[in-house]
Amino acid sequence: MSEKWRIQNFIAIEPAQLAEKVQDLKAEGCRLGQVHCTKVPEGFELTYSFDKDHVLTNLRLVVPEEEEIMSITGIYWAAFIFENEMQDLFGVKFKHMALNYGGNFFKVSQPTPWNPKN
Amino acid sequence: MGKRTIIPFGPQHPVLPEPVHLDLVIEDEKVVEAIPSIGFIHRGLEKLVEKKEYTEMVYVIERICGICSFGHGWGYSHVIEGLMNIEVPERAQYLRTIWHELSRIHSHMLWLGLLADGFGFEALFMHCWRLRESVLDLFEKTTGGRVIFSVCKVGGVRKDIDKETLDEMVSVLTNMKKEFKELADTFLNDYSVKNRLVGIGRLSKEEAAELCAVGPMARASGIAQDIRLTGNGVYEKLGFEPVIETAGDCYARTLVRIREILQSIDLIAKAVEQIPEGEIAAPVKGNAPKGEFITRIEQPRGECFYYAKGADSKFLERIRVRTPTNMNIPAMVKCLQGCDLADVPMVVLTIDPCISCTER
Repeated sequence: MSEKWRIQNFIAIEPAQLAEKVQDLKAEGCRLGQVHCTKVPEGFELTYSFDKDHVLTNLRLVVPEEEEIMSITGIYWAAFIFENEMQDLFGVKFKHMALNYGGNFFKVSQPTPWNPKN
Repeated sequence: MGKRTIIPFGPQHPVLPEPVHLDLVIEDEKVVEAIPSIGFIHRGLEKLVEKKEYTEMVYVIERICGICSFGHGWGYSHVIEGLMNIEVPERAQYLRTIWHELSRIHSHMLWLGLLADGFGFEALFMHCWRLRESVLDLFEKTTGGRVIFSVCKVGGVRKDIDKETLDEMVSVLTNMKKEFKELADTFLNDYSVKNRLVGIGRLSKEEAAELCAVGPMARASGIAQDIRLTGNGVYEKLGFEPVIETAGDCYARTLVRIREILQSIDLIAKAVEQIPEGEIAAPVKGNAPKGEFITRIEQPRGECFYYAKGADSKFLERIRVRTPTNMNIPAMVKCLQGCDLADVPMVVLTIDPCISCTER
């Protein structure tokens, strides 16, 4: 019985490797599934999930809070949804976003509500 | 080149029961660009995980949406079961599959009604919602609820369904199927309906893949992508195969959902035939361990992600839900490019947007 949902494939990478790794996954025919952020003491823990044949590959990187990270919207345009979400809720900084709402994607009552230090 | 005008569409609009906004850049009557805005009612439900114990959080997660609430409850329970390595009893897996497919039927019927309302066919809208009532009655009879059911919990389900009620469910659905086929015939063959759907908002297979579309939106463009194939639930035992169409237009998206309603009725009948006797829940004790788990459920609108991070505590460190509408917004924007202004409501409706899910 195929139980593909049990496969938990998390790959730790450095922030500088992100664009190259994402490009490789796209070349392999992977689909971007989601990106999310978790606030950790070292900064932001970002998880990029990709699907191929119903199996997930998750890239994991930790970015210091003040550091900018390369946007992947140049590779997967659909990532603008997630990058703007993380920008609005946590204050994650992206460079070269193809579509940047400048903090106005979500109409929240205070800036970066899920990152209380900001 | 004609004069360019920007027309605001939403957040309050007759075809949108929930708020989403589009800036439509129009050249004559053609849309050349659409810029979406969401976030008008963002609720921050994921953040509540810091205040609710992991066993209670299921009540919050299933309130993300009133249409696919069962699926959200299942997805959350499933990710916690993965994190805690809990094996769910087989009978509970069957019951989850049955309720989830019932949810798909009522979600698609609701959507078909909204679509009919959108193109001005009020009688068709009312008949879709009349038929949907019988599905809601089945929910009420088996769970006690019509919108939020609270039957899914970490480890299994809270309620069993006796054989008599399961047989009654199959009988109700079999009768409904006959009536639904008449409605489906109108959706698929009436010339006035076809005029509004055929060739409108086309998304090719390549575009759907490039824009990472999910659910019926992807399957209507020929992508055989369905999370029911990942081995969750009992779909493999029921011989499940995804419904695929290739035209990629509004008509194909309608056809996929119509075929999925009929397929769900068959899946439920098979599940009722095969369901074994046994326990309906595994015991769940202790803290959610340190670690993480990621899983997915095929909601009626498409793939939905659930991620949990435990911290050896009753409280999780993080819960993340990525809903299908989130992922279909980029594809919707693409479909709108080049369509007539009059077709915008149809294109927006055929992604079956759920802003409640998106604004979790």
